[in-house]
Amino acid sequence: MNHLPLIIKREYLAKVRNKAFIIMTFLSPLIIIGLISVVAYLTQMNNSKVRQISVLDQSGLVKDIFKDTENTKYSVLDDSITLENAKTIVKEKGDYGLLHIQKFDSIKDASTSIRFYSEDSPSLTLINSLDDKIEKELTTINMKNLGVNPQIIESSKVYIDIEQESFAGIKSSKLDSGIKIIFGVIAGYLLFMFIIIYGNMIMRSVIEEKTSRIIEVIISSVKPMQLMLGKIIGTSLVGITQVIIWIILGSGLIVLVSLIFGIDLGQMGMPQQEMMEQAMQGSEGSMEKAQQFMNAFFNLPLTNLIIAFILFFISGYLLYSSLYAAIGAAVDNETDTQQFMMPIIVPLILAVYVGGFTVIEDPHGTVSTVFSFIPLTSPVVMLMRIPFGVPIWQQLLSLLILISTFMFTVWFAAKIYRVGILMYGKKPSYKELIKWIKY
Amino acid sequence: MSNLLEVHGVSKNFGNFTALNNVSITVPKGSIFGLLGPNGAGKTTLIRIINQITMPDKGHVLLDGEPLKNHHIRDIGYLPEERGLYKSMKVGEQALYLAQLKGMQKSEAKKRLKMWFERLEIGDWWNKKIQELSKGMAQKIQFVVTVLHEPKLLIFDEPFSGFDPINANLIKDEILRLRDEGATVIFSTHRMESVEELCDHIALIHKSNKVLDGNLMDIKRQYKSNTFEIGIKPNNSNLEQEITNKFSVTPAEFRTLGNDLKLNIKLSEQESANDLLAYLSSQGQISHFVEVIPSASDIFIQTVKNN
Repeated sequence: MNHLPLIIKREYLAKVRNKAFIIMTFLSPLIIIGLISVVAYLTQMNNSKVRQISVLDQSGLVKDIFKDTENTKYSVLDDSITLENAKTIVKEKGDYGLLHIQKFDSIKDASTSIRFYSEDSPSLTLINSLDDKIEKELTTINMKNLGVNPQIIESSKVYIDIEQESFAGIKSSKLDSGIKIIFGVIAGYLLFMFIIIYGNMIMRSVIEEKTSRIIEVIISSVKPMQLMLGKIIGTSLVGITQVIIWIILGSGLIVLVSLIFGIDLGQMGMPQQEMMEQAMQGSEGSMEKAQQFMNAFFNLPLTNLIIAFILFFISGYLLYSSLYAAIGAAVDNETDTQQFMMPIIVPLILAVYVGGFTVIEDPHGTVSTVFSFIPLTSPVVMLMRIPFGVPIWQQLLSLLILISTFMFTVWFAAKIYRVGILMYGKKPSYKELIKWIKY
Repeated sequence: MSNLLEVHGVSKNFGNFTALNNVSITVPKGSIFGLLGPNGAGKTTLIRIINQITMPDKGHVLLDGEPLKNHHIRDIGYLPEERGLYKSMKVGEQALYLAQLKGMQKSEAKKRLKMWFERLEIGDWWNKKIQELSKGMAQKIQFVVTVLHEPKLLIFDEPFSGFDPINANLIKDEILRLRDEGATVIFSTHRMESVEELCDHIALIHKSNKVLDGNLMDIKRQYKSNTFEIGIKPNNSNLEQEITNKFSVTPAEFRTLGNDLKLNIKLSEQESANDLLAYLSSQGQISHFVEVIPSASDIFIQTVKNN
């Protein structure tokens, strides 16, 4: 008798109809998008505020270089005013701040003679841009003083952007690497989050069956293994449903919010944005940028990536969720799960760390390679490595190890599950768990 | 009458702990079989082995002459002592789910459930959640779910716990009716009065071993001590002394209308009840004369103590 579909269906419906689940599913994208919108809105407000800056240049060298921009207006004060008076004037006018350049003897010492006064600590972006402006001007003056023609210096500069190509002849650039990192990190973290959220859900549902004492009724009709698999699959489907709803709802909301409030969510939260734009100024059109991005995207081993993502994601998730199910079976209530959570959480976090630091630094180094074969860390680490191109044999071997471990853990978990679900009242130790396997 | 269930030499160890040691029982078809024993004796383990929840280390179990197989699950209805239902699931849905797990078709299960709900007058609970019901109400649902698929063998572990006397009676009548319709019942309980009332056969398990089994009446006959409880209005005041010299006597406790002499008189094997009656009738007015039949409770306590 195969009851698996029946169990999966019940498990799925019970969770999906749960009020907490419905609220979580529909409310969390609203909350997250809402928060992002508020932040974006505030950032925009902040950016559109015009800053008045007064300049008191007693050196007389740089007062002409300050050009008004959309957000920053400069007013140059008469250099006969004393600093104290200037401060009072600026305060009365309600300006953002006062830039004071003292008279200095040598341009070398200029740095100590320049100071920015303001009510609160000024924005980092602004100070950086002021630094740049003054530095440029003073350098030019200095060159002239030393008898060097700045134009010659400028025209003699050479810009280098090393091109990369693998022995197999695949070209790539720094942009490619960035995209690979983004891809790997997204895949790895997605798996990590999925395991934590839905693994816990499985564990709780096993504990629920124990505390409600229904387990013995069920287990007299179905094999524990079937029940466990039904739970894992049912809960995974719940997870997939939730994620799909989140994606649809999330993207819908983003579009809606952008349309209504005219906020460009793609352009938010980047303090260096102004600088980056300055740096890229005029060098290339946005069309060209998009083109480069698309190229980099298609440079990825896409087919391999998608297949590997599906396989590693599923086996990694099943491996962990069977462990979660075993823990649920071993204990009576959630507070007792702590001692058994360690061996699950530690390799997961380790995997994310290795993935986040080592793989990005050196995707095919010893540490990355080893961790992409150890079954508890391999799903996350391998998913992060694959965008950088991992030989197929390595992927297959890692997958093989992962799947055999998964089969072993399911067997192991089923043993613990079979005995554990009928044990009440005592908190088992690891020693007892080992004993259960022999029952 | 053939046997529905035969357990042959079943042993089960959990680590160093022996839960069952070479236990054999036979449950005749159509009987109500009491499985008795102190707490922790191994009853639940035996029941779980019959339900294929645990596998025996040694021995085997025959159901209807066949070794236990997977498909026998649908021939057994089991109401465990540790029982419960999904709290947030609706009554009807839940009962359907459990019935389907026992291999019933959905439509058939629905039809029978409606019938049962009507019979127990709980029809309007269909769309309620379990958490809205009282414990006794949930127990009723649990009972229905156990018997719904009309199994050949019903196993009840403390079926009356949580019921008020009215509902306990209702369930008792249902159990008897199921037996009359052809089901065989294994019944595990600590309440000896229900054993007395319901069981034809009993087995007593103590410290992992079966210490007693058989037809309840046969066992009682075996345990009776040829003792009679009498009440008499003596003709002369020396009678008590006289009887004490003649027989082995203990004082008896029962209610009478008059201020009679009350005694338990144990006869030796040569003496018959008629002799005693003839002797007593010559000594006074007899108001009470009953053979003492050991109760299931007495047998239980005596056997457990002796082992």
